[in-house]
Amino acid sequence: MIDWKQIGLLAIALFASAAAQAQLRIDITSGVTDPVPIAIVPFVGAAVDVAEVVQADLVRSGRFKALARDRQPGAPTRAADVVAANWRAAGTDYVLVGRVVQVMDGAVAVDFELVNVLNGQRLLLERLIARSGAIRNAAHQVADRVYEKILGVKSAFATRIAYVSVDGAPPTQRFQLIVADADGENSRVILESKFPLMSPAWSPDGESLAYVSFETRRAAIYVQRVRTAERQRVSERPGVNGAPSWSPDGRKLALTLSSASGNLDVYVLDLDSRQYTRVTDDAGIDTEPVWSPDGTTIYFTSDRAGGPQIYRQRFGTAERAQRVTFSGSYNARPRVAADGLSLALVTREGSAYRVAVQDLRNGALRVLSSGREDESPAFSPDGGTLIFAGRERGRGVLATVSVDGLVLQRLKADRGDVRDPSWGPFSP
Amino acid sequence: MKRNLVLVLPLIALLGAGCSSTRNAASTESAPATTVESKAAATADTGAVASAGVVGDDASADVGLPPELVNKRVIYFAFDSSEVRAEDRALVAAHARFLAGRSNVAVRLEGHTDQRGTREYNIGLGERRAQAVRAALGLQGVSDGQISTVSYGEERPAAAADDEESMAMNRRVELVYGKR
Repeated sequence: MIDWKQIGLLAIALFASAAAQAQLRIDITSGVTDPVPIAIVPFVGAAVDVAEVVQADLVRSGRFKALARDRQPGAPTRAADVVAANWRAAGTDYVLVGRVVQVMDGAVAVDFELVNVLNGQRLLLERLIARSGAIRNAAHQVADRVYEKILGVKSAFATRIAYVSVDGAPPTQRFQLIVADADGENSRVILESKFPLMSPAWSPDGESLAYVSFETRRAAIYVQRVRTAERQRVSERPGVNGAPSWSPDGRKLALTLSSASGNLDVYVLDLDSRQYTRVTDDAGIDTEPVWSPDGTTIYFTSDRAGGPQIYRQRFGTAERAQRVTFSGSYNARPRVAADGLSLALVTREGSAYRVAVQDLRNGALRVLSSGREDESPAFSPDGGTLIFAGRERGRGVLATVSVDGLVLQRLKADRGDVRDPSWGPFSP
Repeated sequence: MKRNLVLVLPLIALLGAGCSSTRNAASTESAPATTVESKAAATADTGAVASAGVVGDDASADVGLPPELVNKRVIYFAFDSSEVRAEDRALVAAHARFLAGRSNVAVRLEGHTDQRGTREYNIGLGERRAQAVRAALGLQGVSDGQISTVSYGEERPAAAADDEESMAMNRRVELVYGKR
């Protein structure tokens, strides 16, 4: 039974000179051939340019193109003021208009309307209430509503990501764990260390991150509340403590431990009782566990057959693990889509490591990336996009690719390396 | 790049190394000689930053490691291999001889990989390499209690570049000495 050591680290915000973090910038590297034309008219009434945030989200998705402001034939703020013919003539199919109004102390209402100017129909008339300090997040929610209305599928603009940023050269590298909006903005360092940090994992409720830190000169797993920086060391067994993965109910972590002889196996740690349950017992390296969305099955990497492949094991049963990947000599680091029907993973093609998606129903594998060292894929909560890590001109970068392979974006830090992304859940 | 006011406030930090405090407050129960990197970062809202890191040095000098071994504390490996190469056996033997007679000396074997492949799987490969050196030392009379292992996988490279030569420098086990 492991002693639960509470490490209280009081939340004190300090201001430091100079940027202590690497700001991400996104480039679109490819999009669909037929993006939907939309015009997003500047919203009146807020210090934050809501329309700009919405436009950036939609255009970055690769599935929309936006009518430039200087070509907009007017500045309506209500659907009633949108003269459809003028907008059609300007080459757009949809117009989004809106206003931000103060409703009480510290809170605003973001009112927006979406008009289809081909048929004159108003598709959306909605109001979002937001704290005055959270208008940007409200703008991302507007983008989600517009995307979903027009394309009929969910998007995840109003979500967050976490990733590791590394600065400096060995042996004096500096590691940071960063939380940012899904568009890379609003990045915030939540942990800094002179020792490696890896494998951040969002809890299902979006309040905590589990991660591996070597700050005690050994690997240990920590859980940190994102808002308060309060953290606990939850696993510090001798040897390896690695690859934490939250169960869907948020009460357990699948993780990796090592035996006295250095053999890695998958375990499940109950966060309430602090008891470990063994999942694999095998002479190979068994690691990188992840839960299926229904909480019954753990997928993991194992090299029991010679090289790394992905297996699955029903948790809490004596059933044998079943191998899941069969193409190629290296398949590792599984992640399961929210619908449970596909797996993201890293596959080796020749000498290149690439991100791929495998259909769990028929085993078909589609390679989605084209770098030489792509890794760490994570699904967006809607399952339509993967964020992953790659290398470009000697630096670690992040990238996203839509699961249909059509839309690619790169998120590059203005300095240092970024790696190990995790995509947070939808807000409750 | 944001430039913000430098406002120096005490950052209360609790060190991880072996202490067992259950309070939310600062504790200095850990080894006084270590220093803590307690830098926090600019935040846009009232979000808070945790800071971590204990600095400790290799203590080759303290344990009397002979000079000819001090600069030879790294063993390298071929790609995808955790086998100690023939050309390294003499070096391993020399370290074993030093350790075998000194039960008050401990060595930590730190295993590493190059950057290819997934990170957590590479933790496993680094551990395999450390275990291979452990086994080699054990065969030559070093007691198990003197040896500990840790794997950093690809997370602490010796060389940052992507070329073959740098990657070869990263596939290694480092021997870090200390008092037992």
